[in-house]
Amino acid sequence: MRWKISMFAILLMVTISFAAASAQAKELKFAFQGTLNSFDPYNLNETFHLGTQGNVYEGLIRRGADMSIQPALAVRWEVMEPTRWRFHLRRGVKYHNGNPFTADDVVFSATRVRAEGSDLKTRIAADTKVVKVDDYTVDFITSKPNPILHFEWATWAIMDKEWTEANNAVSPQNVGGKQENYATRHANGTGPFKLVSHESGVKTVFEVNPNWWDNPNKTHNLTRVIFTPIGSDATRVAALLSGQVDMVYPVPVQDQRRVNSTPSTRVLVGPELRTIFLGMDQHSDELLHSSVKGKNPFKDKRVREAFFRAIDIKAIQEKVMRGLSEPSSLMIAPSLTPLSATHFKRLEYDPGKARSLLSAAGYGKGFSIGMDCPNDRYVNDESICTAVVSMLARVGIRVNLLAQPKAKYFPKILAPNLDASFYLLGWTPGSLDSWNVLHNLHGCPNLKNGGPIWPAGARNKITRGKFNLGGYCNPEVDRLTDKILGETDKKKRDALIEKAWGITIRDISHIPLHQQAVSWGVSNKISLKQRPDNVFDWRHVYMK
Amino acid sequence: MFVLIVRRTFQSIIVMLVVALLAFTMFRYVGDPVAMLVGQETSLQERAALRENLGLNDPVPVQFGRFVLNMVQGEFGISYQIGRPVSELISERLPATLELSLLAALFALLTGIPMGIYTALRPGRWLSHFFLTLSLVGISLPTFLIGILLILLFGVILGWLPTFGRGEVVDLGWWTTGLLTESGIKSLLMPAFTLGIFQLTLIMRLVRSEMLEVLRTDYIKFARARGLTNRAVNFGHALKNTLVPVITITGLQLGSIIAFAIITETVFQWPGMGLLFIGAISSVDIPIMSAYLVLIALFFVLINLTVDILYNVVDPRLRGDMRSSLG
Repeated sequence: MRWKISMFAILLMVTISFAAASAQAKELKFAFQGTLNSFDPYNLNETFHLGTQGNVYEGLIRRGADMSIQPALAVRWEVMEPTRWRFHLRRGVKYHNGNPFTADDVVFSATRVRAEGSDLKTRIAADTKVVKVDDYTVDFITSKPNPILHFEWATWAIMDKEWTEANNAVSPQNVGGKQENYATRHANGTGPFKLVSHESGVKTVFEVNPNWWDNPNKTHNLTRVIFTPIGSDATRVAALLSGQVDMVYPVPVQDQRRVNSTPSTRVLVGPELRTIFLGMDQHSDELLHSSVKGKNPFKDKRVREAFFRAIDIKAIQEKVMRGLSEPSSLMIAPSLTPLSATHFKRLEYDPGKARSLLSAAGYGKGFSIGMDCPNDRYVNDESICTAVVSMLARVGIRVNLLAQPKAKYFPKILAPNLDASFYLLGWTPGSLDSWNVLHNLHGCPNLKNGGPIWPAGARNKITRGKFNLGGYCNPEVDRLTDKILGETDKKKRDALIEKAWGITIRDISHIPLHQQAVSWGVSNKISLKQRPDNVFDWRHVYMK
Repeated sequence: MFVLIVRRTFQSIIVMLVVALLAFTMFRYVGDPVAMLVGQETSLQERAALRENLGLNDPVPVQFGRFVLNMVQGEFGISYQIGRPVSELISERLPATLELSLLAALFALLTGIPMGIYTALRPGRWLSHFFLTLSLVGISLPTFLIGILLILLFGVILGWLPTFGRGEVVDLGWWTTGLLTESGIKSLLMPAFTLGIFQLTLIMRLVRSEMLEVLRTDYIKFARARGLTNRAVNFGHALKNTLVPVITITGLQLGSIIAFAIITETVFQWPGMGLLFIGAISSVDIPIMSAYLVLIALFFVLINLTVDILYNVVDPRLRGDMRSSLG
């Protein structure tokens, strides 16, 4: 009997404590399509990983909901001379374990992020020196002036030197190693949330950091966050509709109407920063996959223009993307440039003109060409390619489409293989700036100016134009790109950017298609802010 | 009996080696792990260095030798993507899959056998027709469709059951179980039903046809002539003789339940080994893929061995055959 009473008492206590906890607990549950692998913030340069880790770790700067640069662990910064930047660090910031944040941590993090095994080495150039001036001041000395030095630093997490050393996690996780890195499942950041537990592929639990430095201005009311990966589209949407999670992303286009028509949920859609485009091999003397032998039709600008004009982007937007895309004339989201969205116009859809351009170029009878396409990477990637195939068929181009999973697709088309004549790819500039796109996608992929494009045997050494798979090369664009990197005057820089884009568009270096849309399914219990880079920042979540 | 076990074990080793070879050959065609390992900005030189580091440039026989050697030692390396030892990951995920599979098998057996018996003994009743129609549905609808329909009905429309995950899980140190909490049990219902429904119909149809067969034999007629009760005839004599093939099939099916839990696990986001495997395939995480395949092969081999032994215990005639064939 006594046993029964004590059991009852325990049960009662448990119930009461649960009730009390739920009275104030604001627990956000959300699901994403992919899994969160390692929690080491230097492990993988990928939006979802960095975005989620960004709720726990912070950088010297952070990005607001409108992508504006805001001070975070650095209070302010100044350019002392073009190659020396001084960052003044925030005082009184503590890591989750109570350690103070100082300049030593910044210097340490700069070393770690560039160490062997880090996937974020591009955050700071290898020849940039990081010098501690005093406990709360750090200088960055670059070899060349760089006006966008700090643009990518919102995703360069500052780690605690003492904690990493104590836990044997000084070097970033080493792929192929034998030991698990401590930072894989543990985190010690300065951010608004603390990592409680991390089971990759199962669930990850976070709780609010009561000692966060920015708590006085906080715009969220969460106490706990639980993340679950749900890979299957139908299951993810069902989890939202049945109220088991408060937010899911992405919502597949075909389910958006259903989520919107359910009274308790809504879909938030916004343009994403990623640009989807078609690339053409312009450097080979003969295309790898084509019926044209002995010459490369894409070397002729008229053929590139014919391909461009054959694509009915309106039809892709309406039929394939169901309205959830923004046709683009540029290889970068216009919001990331000083230009307005209508500054450059797309070449009009005109199959008649495309045909006459092809005959003028000597391909009046058309030709056949192989096309490569991923089928699990971008929104409706394979359907876009299928649509392109039928549109090109109308002007006499027979396209043999090879759509495959990304694990097979990327090794095929990327250097050193470059086994593609005509392909679909997407690109988001990590720095959210034109230079990144001009350098990586439009720069001449040669070892020295005027050298051979994609030299066989030395393709792995290419840095400029690393993803310029078609081998587009215009020395004038390279010259402008270098100038853009070094120009610190914003007005002059903007003019250079406009000029560079003008040239690549005139050259038809690529065929930009659209910026795909970000789509989140959200329960009406919560309000949040959607960022165009598809990062879910919990700082803006408010729960009823 | 001892000889049987030794002989079977020897055969099993050969099977395992063949599986290892198949698995290994397959990995060369699933894609490039390096492309999945790094972000878009990683330089081509670093990619090449990583490939060298992972030993992907070694000659194929060397790679296979290393693979088998590590496998024998139970050393599957570190997951490329997750960054944790694969053996640890598998042992964390194993309870989820086994719990689900065993429950599904139990459900299939405990419902399938009585339903089979009923439809055999009372063939004309409407309930028998109902069971048979139901079994047709169970056998013809694909698993993922059943899963999604269940989610829609019980999860979204009625809101009774959770649609994904394991719910609250109790950690016993060496095992995690969802059977001790309400949300854990609720979470198990739909996946276990989905996974078990095909086996259920299979067992029910098997029991039914076997039973009908046995009921026609002479000794049943004699048993009835002796004036034994219906109960003794049906359950004491007929059922016992029906169960021999049922044991074999159930045993073999248990292996495929575990292996084919992949689909159910994907639909219900059940954090078991199957889900781990699916994730590994899409990201070309070779250490996880190889460990999973080898483990599943091991399961099949062990189950087969057990079934062989059980068979021996249940059916005395086999024992005699064994002895004469050995003698």
